[in-house]
Amino acid sequence: MDAIKEKFGSEFVKSYSFIGQNNIEMKKDRIGEIMRFLRDNTIMPFSYLVDETAVHWPKDEQFEIVYILYSFEKNEYLRAKTRIKEYESLESVTSVWTTADWLEREVYDMFGVQYANHPNLKRILLPEDWVGYPLRKDYNIRLQDVEWVRKHLGIDSGQKYYVGEARHEMPDYRTPQD
Amino acid sequence: MSIKEETLFDASEITVSMGPQHPSTHGVLQVKLKLDGERVIDAECVIGYLHRGVEKLGEAQTYGQYVPTLDRMDYIAAVSNCLGYCETIEKLLGIQAPPRAQYIRVIMTELNRITSHLLWLGTHALDIGAMTVFLYCFREREEILKIFENYCGARLTTHMFRIGGTQYEIYEGFHDQVRAFVKDFPKKVDEYETLLTENRIWIGRTRGVGVISGKDAIDLGLTGPSLRGSGVEWDLRKAKPYAVYSDFQFDIPTGEKGDTYDRYMVRIEEMRQSARIVSQAVEKIPDGPIMAKLSKIIKPPVGDIYHSIEAPKGELGYYIVSDGSTQSYRSRIRPPSFVNLQALKKMVAGHMVADVVAIIGTLDIVLGEIDR
Repeated sequence: MDAIKEKFGSEFVKSYSFIGQNNIEMKKDRIGEIMRFLRDNTIMPFSYLVDETAVHWPKDEQFEIVYILYSFEKNEYLRAKTRIKEYESLESVTSVWTTADWLEREVYDMFGVQYANHPNLKRILLPEDWVGYPLRKDYNIRLQDVEWVRKHLGIDSGQKYYVGEARHEMPDYRTPQD
Repeated sequence: MSIKEETLFDASEITVSMGPQHPSTHGVLQVKLKLDGERVIDAECVIGYLHRGVEKLGEAQTYGQYVPTLDRMDYIAAVSNCLGYCETIEKLLGIQAPPRAQYIRVIMTELNRITSHLLWLGTHALDIGAMTVFLYCFREREEILKIFENYCGARLTTHMFRIGGTQYEIYEGFHDQVRAFVKDFPKKVDEYETLLTENRIWIGRTRGVGVISGKDAIDLGLTGPSLRGSGVEWDLRKAKPYAVYSDFQFDIPTGEKGDTYDRYMVRIEEMRQSARIVSQAVEKIPDGPIMAKLSKIIKPPVGDIYHSIEAPKGELGYYIVSDGSTQSYRSRIRPPSFVNLQALKKMVAGHMVADVVAIIGTLDIVLGEIDR
């Protein structure tokens, strides 16, 4: 931990422990470098990327990207976090861990996070022509359903939806067609 | 295996789509194979046919309501899914299930590991052409499913555990039924081995197929038997003991070459070890309550937590972000099959089309878990 602070002092935001689990928060600009350092350092090499995911907080720095790392040598988990805004891109860590390929595609699929230097950034679980990013808090799931039924079945689903229905009452970025 | 440079851009290269309706893809998986004759140059997986938005559902259902939904992810190892989630929330709440519940959990999870491996062995052998093994495996699997059915009424999507313990007390005759099963089971495993382990066809189809080194396996994030087959001795039950696994004696089998045959041997040995854990646990079930004292409405503190368990397929992790309400703010599931399937591309390159079937089988994927 101190090694990171020393090497990337300007990037460091905070580190804390919650229920015995260690977290560090970094700035997003040099994330690729930081991750490479975390993998290659000799004190606690995190050779295994367990998971990469995101959490949406609909405020100014919307997306919290969470990297869960594991070190076989020390038998330790670490969560590295970073935050980015909408329309900002984040450096991909596929060159550090190959496993990040699909994980980042899923984050892109569900949150719309743009990764720079990703070899194949396209939707993975949802169809290519899907509109919107479902795991965002402002994603209006009922409106999506109504539109799908209208488009594919040509009928009204009768499902009630409200604009801004989502949990955090963000204005809806998709307005009804009619 | 390496591919000759000149074949890469050769006009003879064709693309074949395998699946999504293909019996050997174990569900609805489509693999786009780029072929040169019968040799695979490249493979691309198309997934998502079973996507049900499980992670989104976690934000709309309360912590308790969400548990049965998770059983529908890896539907052949539903007990593991349930255990992982219940433990995560318990950890977040700062409570522990009582010892009696912990023992019941371990027994059920290990029995479930056996059913999952049996289903894998049966279908994997069937894919490669050995019909008999399938029938034998399902015979033993039935015995375990009967135990599940007697215990909770369901056979597949069991919803056995609750946050804070288990819902049901063990039934009368449970000890005897489990004892009888674990006593017989190692002999049955020997029986499968007589059909396969030294079978020349089996060796021919699995030796040297889908080789992956330990270093590559870690880089690709492989876990579970797929990682241990490559010689990395890592099992969460030993590395980060959860439930009461530290009370039992068991070994972690590992392979050497990291090929399909080694992964087969690892899983075979794991079934024996699971039976060993169950036989120890069933003798030691302590008395006491099966449910921790817990308020009816579950409201964990604000914060996030990651907890993972060793599911039959690998590391099954839950990353839960709580905002202090009755529903989670974010429920991320780290499914082992999803990450393991990513290795397919690397493993099939240079092999024959028929080997693709063997490699999909050896990864032991469940599409319900991949697509969530």
